[in-house]
Amino acid sequence: MIKVQNLRKTFGPKVAVNGISFNVDKGEVLGFLGPNGAGKSTTMRMVTGFIPPTAGKITVGSFDIIEKPLEAKRLIGYLPENAPSYTDMTVHGFLSFCAEIRGLRGDAKKKAVSRAVEMCFLENVLYQSVETLSKGYRHRTCFAQSIIHDPEVLILDEPTDGLDPNQKHEIRTLIKRMGEKKAIIFSTHILEEVDAVCSRAIIIDRGQIVANGTPEELRSKSQSSGAVTVSVQGSSSTLVAQQVGQLSLARKVSIVSETNGRAVVRVTASEPSPDHDLARSIADLARKEGWKLEELHTEEGRLDEVFRSITRSDVKEVK
Amino acid sequence: MNNSIGNISAIAKRELKGFFASPVAYVFIVIFLLLSGFFTFMAGFFFERGQASLKPFFDWHPWIYLFLVPAVGMRLWSEERRLGTMELLLTMPITTWQAIVGKFLASWLFLGLALFLTFPIICTVNYLGTPDNGVIFCGYVGSLMVSGAYLAITSMTSAMTRNQVISFIISVVICLFLILVGFPPVTNFLINVLRAKSGVVETITSFSIITHFDGFQKGILDMRDIVFFLSVIVFSLFSTGVIIRSHRAG
Repeated sequence: MIKVQNLRKTFGPKVAVNGISFNVDKGEVLGFLGPNGAGKSTTMRMVTGFIPPTAGKITVGSFDIIEKPLEAKRLIGYLPENAPSYTDMTVHGFLSFCAEIRGLRGDAKKKAVSRAVEMCFLENVLYQSVETLSKGYRHRTCFAQSIIHDPEVLILDEPTDGLDPNQKHEIRTLIKRMGEKKAIIFSTHILEEVDAVCSRAIIIDRGQIVANGTPEELRSKSQSSGAVTVSVQGSSSTLVAQQVGQLSLARKVSIVSETNGRAVVRVTASEPSPDHDLARSIADLARKEGWKLEELHTEEGRLDEVFRSITRSDVKEVK
Repeated sequence: MNNSIGNISAIAKRELKGFFASPVAYVFIVIFLLLSGFFTFMAGFFFERGQASLKPFFDWHPWIYLFLVPAVGMRLWSEERRLGTMELLLTMPITTWQAIVGKFLASWLFLGLALFLTFPIICTVNYLGTPDNGVIFCGYVGSLMVSGAYLAITSMTSAMTRNQVISFIISVVICLFLILVGFPPVTNFLINVLRAKSGVVETITSFSIITHFDGFQKGILDMRDIVFFLSVIVFSLFSTGVIIRSHRAG
């Protein structure tokens, strides 16, 4: 549904987006990750046709956003960053206006508004002016606007920003549910969201894509991916550490704790392997040595670790 | 075509609702009616003149509009930029010019409504004497044209900045300039002090709102005057589009 090729955007001498390409198909939810100022919002603004790209090609559906902007925009629902809306209007007035601009009239308009209101839980504030609403409600009002015409493509810039945990959960469920039938791009800072919602994630840094894959694939790039924690009853930790360290798959062994004759040792794998090879070889070793194995746990790797290791934000790390 | 009319009317409707949802509309109408009444009767000596004409009424309009129209129009685009709704509006399936025209027409319609509410003065003058109502009609058309020209200029300055105050001041200055180039003291200054040739003076004064409004006040619907006002409007709205586009391009 969305095809982006070699997208580039410069503001004066500053390069905001530098050669980004990706595709999003129907039924896919693409997570956009990256530090502040990485070019996430700029990319989304270009895809929605708000700002023209310096170079590159964007196709939405079968329409080029530059050559056929109206046709392309008709397919898109867009939630801009900070969820703007006309503060002097009521929620109902605002949504009716958006429906009208989307070409819906009469009954179709009424139905579209009530559907969006229902999906975003706005019944309680329907005739309140947007000005008087809390941030969460404002956000959902703008979100309702983006789905009012049941678009095939949904582009959401930080859809859960500033919401409380319950609201975040609601929005995520909503995105996930709609993701089955639509092509969705959404940007976020929250890494757990990627796990919860995305079928694929792209990490952008300084205007370039630095990682692209399913959340599992990204996670396996983490250094801690495949690390195994062993706890053994009745053996000394140094002995366990020494023995385990001799395994070919083990890279580094560290003693975590030794209390009440219970030794806990953490082993990092020499290469990430999703098949739990390291855990299996440790289990074999334990059987051979006659250890009383209490726990064997393979870590899955952490997204935030991947995120930190491949993006270099402007903030210098404090050591 | 049908589609664009639908879009324009949707935007215009929203804009009009916005006026009446806030106190702007009511404050404007009240102030406009008070000022036009004050100037007509107190400063224009409506009764003392002893003539059944609305000249003292229309004479003041370019001056009253000078401050009131920018006050109405200053929020047209700067508010959109401040709230960030511009991003919303321009990613909708509408063209920029539809948005510009829709907003302009809504505000113009509103100004027209305020002008319409001055109708008691027509009743007054018709009660007191027998004025030429054709002249009065032309005056109203001219007054509407002046407000439209000011409004289009304000739309342009409003697109320049997210700060409404700046937008207001710049549009007042531009509109004032358009008044002054045809204001008799200024043209006399050009002729007597600067010894400008009459051709030069004529060229300069032909840019003036006053010169072109005069025709309407005399009851003449001159094509040249109408074209002047319409071209100010079209030019300013076109510039609005260019400014908005340049902002988006970064």
